[in-house]
Amino acid sequence: MNRYPLWKYIIVAIALVLGFVYTLPNFFGESPAVQVSSAKATIKVDQKALARVEDALKGAGITHDGIQLDFNGVKARFTSTDIQLKAKDILEKTFNPDPADPQYVVALNLLSASPRWLTALHALPMYLGLDLRGGVHFLLQVDMKGALTKRLDSISGDLRTVLRDKNVRHTGVTREGDRLVIKFRDAETRDKARSAIADTQSELILSEQGEGSDLKLVATLKPEAQKRFGELALKQNITTLHNRINELGVAEPVIQQQGADRIVVQLPGVQDTAKAKDILGRTATLEIRMVDDSPGALDAALAGNPPFGTEVYNERGGQPLLVKKQVVLTGDRLTDAQPGFDNQTHEPAVHLTLDSAGARIFKDVTRDNVGKRMAILLIEKGKGEVVTAPVIRTEIGGGRVQISGRMSSMEATDTALLLRAGSLAAPMDIVEERTIGPSLGAENIRKGFHSTMWGFAAIALFMIAYYQMFGVVSVLALASNLLLLVALLSLLQATLTLPGIAAIALTLGMAIDANVLINERIREELRAGMPPQGAIAEGYERAFGTILDSNITTLIAGLALLIFGSGPVRGFAVVHCLGILTSIFSSVVISRSLVNLIYGRRKKLAKVAIGQIWKPGTVAVNGQK
Amino acid sequence: MEFFRIKKDIPFMRHALKFNIISLVTFLLAVAFLFGKGLHLSVEFTGGTLIEVNYQLAADLEKIRDALGNSGFSDYSVQNFGSSQDVLIRLPLKGDQNTSQLGESVMKSLATAAPGAELRRVEFVGPQVGKELAENGAMALLVVITGIMIYLAFRFEWRFSVSAIIANLHDVIIILGFFAFFQWEFSLSVLAAVLAVLGYSVNESVVVFDRVRETFKKSRGMTTPQVLDHAITSTISRTIITHGSTQMMVLSMLIFGGETLYYFSLALTIGILFGIYSSVLVASPLVMWLGVSREQFIKQKKVIEGANEDGAVV
Repeated sequence: MNRYPLWKYIIVAIALVLGFVYTLPNFFGESPAVQVSSAKATIKVDQKALARVEDALKGAGITHDGIQLDFNGVKARFTSTDIQLKAKDILEKTFNPDPADPQYVVALNLLSASPRWLTALHALPMYLGLDLRGGVHFLLQVDMKGALTKRLDSISGDLRTVLRDKNVRHTGVTREGDRLVIKFRDAETRDKARSAIADTQSELILSEQGEGSDLKLVATLKPEAQKRFGELALKQNITTLHNRINELGVAEPVIQQQGADRIVVQLPGVQDTAKAKDILGRTATLEIRMVDDSPGALDAALAGNPPFGTEVYNERGGQPLLVKKQVVLTGDRLTDAQPGFDNQTHEPAVHLTLDSAGARIFKDVTRDNVGKRMAILLIEKGKGEVVTAPVIRTEIGGGRVQISGRMSSMEATDTALLLRAGSLAAPMDIVEERTIGPSLGAENIRKGFHSTMWGFAAIALFMIAYYQMFGVVSVLALASNLLLLVALLSLLQATLTLPGIAAIALTLGMAIDANVLINERIREELRAGMPPQGAIAEGYERAFGTILDSNITTLIAGLALLIFGSGPVRGFAVVHCLGILTSIFSSVVISRSLVNLIYGRRKKLAKVAIGQIWKPGTVAVNGQK
Repeated sequence: MEFFRIKKDIPFMRHALKFNIISLVTFLLAVAFLFGKGLHLSVEFTGGTLIEVNYQLAADLEKIRDALGNSGFSDYSVQNFGSSQDVLIRLPLKGDQNTSQLGESVMKSLATAAPGAELRRVEFVGPQVGKELAENGAMALLVVITGIMIYLAFRFEWRFSVSAIIANLHDVIIILGFFAFFQWEFSLSVLAAVLAVLGYSVNESVVVFDRVRETFKKSRGMTTPQVLDHAITSTISRTIITHGSTQMMVLSMLIFGGETLYYFSLALTIGILFGIYSSVLVASPLVMWLGVSREQFIKQKKVIEGANEDGAVV
């Protein structure tokens, strides 16, 4: 009765082997590495970059410990931090010949030192949270209200233009809170205005108010338009943050949306919070200016003698370009930029939408400058770059501008992104900040590890002393529980924090309950006079219902923490929930299979080593009835 | 080795009233402290800034206080954190302060007056986030309670679920009472510990109740208190050993886990100790007083016409 079919043993064996393989990377520690990743949306890190890294290192006579390419970029491992620093300098020089204009992020990183076959199996060490590895965590709140107000202000400008174009006389357009109010003298004009606005502005809900000679038209943004606008603003902010953080040279930054209007930024290894904050809060601007293509002017400028009112900027790709200092338009006038295709030529293009004031200026400028080039500049930290410099073909009115020519659809997408991402769509505030020094991180790991180790040792000693062979089985089951839990955490790459380590310890402390239940039940059956084989079977059988019950109640608490918890609590909850799952498997299935292996084959089993069985009214006999 | 050599069932139920009075008094005291003193909530809930610095030698707290005072800070608290070298500085939320630069300006003022400080950790929580964390925490507690109630209601009779929840909720209040009385810092991880312990000690009641049900079905002729006594006695060995093992792990965290895990494991310790007491000695009498009896468990069986008490048909 205490025999498992072969397939059950095989399942247990497979689980343990997998557990061992995926736990393994955690023992190898980490080796210093240098990571090269793209600093610009338009530059892709690929096989070519990998070859370049290899060549550069070979050229400098630096031996590496393996180079790999993944979605983060090219990573090269080294044997010591000295070599790592040397390699970083070399790679920095190779990839960013002009330090003022970095194309790539070259950052120090730590990579798992596990053998390559493990990495190929996707067996990685556990992903440590900031409290264990040190770094900065920011929670940024996007000011959606501010962004909407900005949007409404720009719409009110559009409305004025529309009304003027259609010759509708109004007595003023004002913004009151989150709505726009347009005043009229008579109902007829108001009707005309209403249809004119409805034709051009599909995002607005219009309602009529007031009476007599004080008539009003109240316009509010449609809820779905508000929502879309909010999502867009948030996405744009995230893109902008990405671009900026690239400059910090952080190996594995985390930039994620949290909730409807928050962004989490985590920068592992960064200690200089002041600089990080400075970079996060910076604003970039977009400018449209005219290009000076007069013959000889560029050469004169490159010789250090630019004509009056012009300056030299580099085009993307490195071409110098002479641009007038006078700014035609700024990014404030740009409401949207989307990639698309030219209607006639079907070439990839970027479609820009300007607000009404911008559209008017743009119309005038393009009318006067057909055949000339205009430059679109992105200015960040006082440093400008020409994103693109197209030739003006015809006069462009209506505020819809198309940039096309010499672009792949990929470039069009990236340019649109850059134009949108140049500046933050909405202001942001830091609502939560956590900085953890690297020494504290290492100390936290040590403390967590020691707590778990000594707790485990104490439980193991007690269980073996108290339940003898069954104690050994329980401890082995508990150890396999730890193994499976660590393997699962490594496999899922769930973030491990100090509360997470505490959850591992606590889960182990609670998981032993299942084995205590089983062992006590077996003892009880033996006490009642059952033969050992029967007692084992009965003990496992009967305890199972109780084990399931107790784990379900704990799981309910764990899940609630997972759903409502944030930060440290979530780290705790993830490990707690996973630990409950692994502990059911290990304390029931694994321990049973061990017991079956030890006792199951013996037909005439007279006694089992489960410690003393004391029966009322008899003298205690060690291990037998 | 065997610790528990119990010849007869221990008459727990004879003392049921005493246990419950002890329990009630502790509970009322806890409630009084909770309302009288209130919880010492951590920065996570209240909002504010927390800065941990480390000195090579024992830190001079007075110097640090002076340094902060001279730099124009107010309402700060400076304390040792775990050891004499580690110092924790707490700054409350202020509307007019530039919160994002607070960490740097504190370090700057320390650099001149109390040099040698190494920045270990900065935590800043805005007022909005703090409020949300507190709300989410309350939400989590509510969900755990309803979740467990629903589960127990499915699993057992209503009498059992009601008593289990009463017994274990009173644990939660007692843990909070301890934190209020000693003014220990109540942080998010303490909240996690409280909820984990809630799930854990409910399962203690489940184990006992399982036995109660089994005993009711199996043995006839026992009065309800006898059945409860028997159920508790036969599970007491498991109860003590399990909780003892869990407590060993928690003790290890309490000793080796450092300051960050200290209050977490302290909450667990209180929870485990009171968990045993309440789920065994409070929940069971409650079940009895709510009127549990054998009939409630054998009702489901088909009643055969003319069957006697043993179920045999003559």
